[in-house]
Amino acid sequence: MPYKILEKKTLADNVVSLWVEAPQIAKKREAGQFIILRPNDKSERIPLTIAGVKKEVGAIRLIAQVVGDTTRELAALNEGDFIRDLAGPLGHPTPIKNYGTVACIGGGIGVAPMLPIAAAMKEAGNHVVTIVGARTKELLILEDELREASSEFIITTDDGSYGEKGFVTDVLKKRIANSAKIDFAAAIGPVPMMKAVAAVTKEAGIPTVASLNTIMIDGTGMCGGCRVTIGGEVKYTCVDGPEFDAHKVDFDELQNRLGTYREQENKEEHNCKLEGKV
Amino acid sequence: MKNDLTAKERMAIPRHDMPEQSPEIRKNNFEEVPLGYSEETAIKEAQRCLQCKKPKCVQGCPVNVYIPEFINKVAEGDFDAAQEILLDTNSLPAICGRVCPQETQCEELCILANKGEAVAVGRLERFVADTARLKAETSASQKTEITKPDPSARKIAIVGSGPSGLSCAADLLQAGYNVTLFEALHEAGGVLVYGIPEFRLPKSIVKSEIDALLAKGADMITNAVIGRLYTIDDLLGEEGFSAVFIGTGAGTPKFLNIPGENLIGVYSSNEFLTRVNLMKAYKSDARTPVIRGNHVAVFGAGNTAMDSARTALRIGADNVYIMYRRSRTEMPARIEEIHHAEQEGVKLDLLVNPLEFKGDDKGWLTSVICQRMELGEPDDSGRRRPIPIKGSEFETQIDVAVIAVGTSSNPLIRQTTPDLPMNKWGYIEADDDGITGKKGVFAGGDIVTGAATVIEAMGAGKQAAAAIIEYVREKN
Ligand SMILES: Cc1cc2nc3c(=O)[nH]c(=O)nc-3n(C[C@H](O)[C@H](O)[C@H](O)COP(=O)(O)OP(=O)(O)OC[C@H]3O[C@@H](n4cnc5c(N)ncnc54)[C@H](O)[C@@H]3O)c2cc1C
Ligand SMILES: Cc1cc2nc3c(=O)[nH]c(=O)nc-3n(C[C@H](O)[C@H](O)[C@H](O)COP(=O)(O)OP(=O)(O)OC[C@H]3O[C@@H](n4cnc5c(N)ncnc54)[C@H](O)[C@@H]3O)c2cc1C
Ligand code: SF4
Ligand code: SF4
Ligand code: FES
Repeated sequence: MPYKILEKKTLADNVVSLWVEAPQIAKKREAGQFIILRPNDKSERIPLTIAGVKKEVGAIRLIAQVVGDTTRELAALNEGDFIRDLAGPLGHPTPIKNYGTVACIGGGIGVAPMLPIAAAMKEAGNHVVTIVGARTKELLILEDELREASSEFIITTDDGSYGEKGFVTDVLKKRIANSAKIDFAAAIGPVPMMKAVAAVTKEAGIPTVASLNTIMIDGTGMCGGCRVTIGGEVKYTCVDGPEFDAHKVDFDELQNRLGTYREQENKEEHNCKLEGKV
Repeated sequence: MKNDLTAKERMAIPRHDMPEQSPEIRKNNFEEVPLGYSEETAIKEAQRCLQCKKPKCVQGCPVNVYIPEFINKVAEGDFDAAQEILLDTNSLPAICGRVCPQETQCEELCILANKGEAVAVGRLERFVADTARLKAETSASQKTEITKPDPSARKIAIVGSGPSGLSCAADLLQAGYNVTLFEALHEAGGVLVYGIPEFRLPKSIVKSEIDALLAKGADMITNAVIGRLYTIDDLLGEEGFSAVFIGTGAGTPKFLNIPGENLIGVYSSNEFLTRVNLMKAYKSDARTPVIRGNHVAVFGAGNTAMDSARTALRIGADNVYIMYRRSRTEMPARIEEIHHAEQEGVKLDLLVNPLEFKGDDKGWLTSVICQRMELGEPDDSGRRRPIPIKGSEFETQIDVAVIAVGTSSNPLIRQTTPDLPMNKWGYIEADDDGITGKKGVFAGGDIVTGAATVIEAMGAGKQAAAAIIEYVREKN
């Protein structure tokens, strides 16, 4: 049963936003959940977060950064084309409730999965402080939508080309140092960023979840390929996650395992922006 | 052709082997290993059956295939009639003929098994089903027309399209119900497509047996993860199904829980086999990668372990070891599979227990440390318990490890159906008829029994179909 692409937009170099017809998923999904798709019948199965929904038209939004074959195949599809397979919603939803003040920290393509979480947190009555990072101005995506979904919105760029110069953790540290109250934090982005955020919030005693972007195949708990170590225990990201207590995640192991197929995948020329820093 | 030999004449015929690809050639390809009987051999083999009045073989088969009846038709050369008889009880004969552990089921109880050699029931079953399929494929006129059950008939939902779900669906269709199968993956078939490799069970055969079922009017919805897309209660409520059958298998892999198990290069057998089978990593045009190790160790000794080892060889490993805690007599795999693996060059490293995986500074697996074991007194299962030998630790260089030590129950439905009673291992509690503790919900196959066999799962699906029919009738 193929899934029709209703709308396609390019958000930045190598980042596309797709609205895809999938009414039942649109009805069921909650913030923090993802899908697994295959653009065509030769493709790999890859996970992508559900970045938004339009229940009225039965559509879900996917935002993908082109980093390899499958994301390239996906980005090559146009409005009116079909995605061959799409399964979801997968994973546990984000624990949305009124915590008080919530920091949503996104880096790189991680700002796309952050969007629905920020929106849901705000709707639940939180004061939402969104801090997003990009390497440079051109790579920043979803600025208007994130601003809309947040109570406060702070941008950082590595090169200072836009917003504050530096990393998201610099902003976070500054706020904490100025004794701004943060009751809960969520971090999504490259592994080094999530690791750095976790270190900062752990010291400050702020409960934090990180959404882990492991390699996956089935997404149903059948293969164990997405296993991660959380507080010394093995968990499956697809059925136990994707969000876990950031203070317990073994980020170094995650980073290693993400490199499993780098050599094989890089045989054909690749553009591995995800792997870079924020 | 008449099947009228005397018992003596029948018993004088020796059991027929099936021709196979030679080990040297087949270990480099993914084509099927056994090549099947010719018509002539099949008829000869069929003539060996004594046509017992009280056939013991039938009791050994979990779905009670009418064995002497179908074999009689083979001996008479009436293969169409033989296929009809098979299909009465078994909706997937080409699959069962290949993967059933016949030596512990139908053939074990064959009256000739103790006198000499059992009638090759499985090989005959395979022959009949293959002959029927080839005939259907070549006669272009015989385009299978899709027949739909009466749309006003009750709707039954089947969760999971493995052998249990498929056979449950077949019987419900036969009884005239509307059947919808929900499958989490993009392809139907369960372990038949993601686990059992091509060289043992060609996927085209699975597909054609499933297509035959769909032609009878079943709806198959792939990419439908039940528990998430719809809960069991959604199916029984809003979606209007009168009953639900759960046949989701025992699909969550177990690991060894030893240090180093998350190093790169350590796979569960499910992941390794899924990459190669379902995602076709062995084909040059498929996108899914897999690490093709040079030195591969497979832990475990069941069918899954044999399949993993033989797959590793075929995608290019120089050395493949099966490492197992007990001895050869305790290996749970089918004898034929162990034999095939050894012929192809898989090395059995028996009475060996892994302690730790070692890796390099980039997190890649480099070796495994094991210790030798000896067999002590029998344990609860009646098998002799392996006991470590002190000071026997040794290291083997490997770059891929495949863990094939069994599976446990998948959490998805458990998490989202709190009122469905489970046992302490997370398997669904169901009686022999597949009736669970939740009204309108039936279950069978590996999700009830834990990992078992294809034909046992099919048997459970059939039992449940009968119970569902009764339940739905009473509801009227
Ligand atoms: C729960 C979850 C949600 C995700 N949501 C999104 C999303 O909304 N948008 C988005 O663009 N991406 C998302 N990802 C990441 C996305 O799945 C990967 O980028 C994708 O699988 C890459 O596939 P590919 O075939 O194009 O690249 P490949 O050829 O497989 O890989 C190219 C390069 O990227 C690396 N890589 C592979 N997988 C990942 C990964 N999961 N994370 C980081 N690097 C990886 C490889 O090592 C390689 O160097 C998510 C991942 C998970 C687990
Ligand atoms: C590698 C391997 C080799 C084997 N070799 C043999 C052999 O030679 N002979 C033999 O008799 N047996 C063999 N077995 C065992 C046999 O395959 C199983 O016992 C049998 O397949 C069980 O059937 P099932 O219908 O219970 O489940 P499965 O075949 O496991 O099918 C379950 C299906 O349900 C789907 N599913 C799971 N959760 C959900 C959900 N929430 N929503 C929707 N769908 C879902 C799964 O994706 C899957 O397709 C082997 C098993 C393996 C793994
Ligand atoms: S289905 Fe399996 S057990 Fe039954 S007769 Fe056929 S081969 Fe034997
Ligand atoms: S027990 Fe053996 S000989 Fe007797 S009917 Fe069955 S297959 Fe034939
Ligand atoms: S992706 Fe296979 S178990 Fe999670």
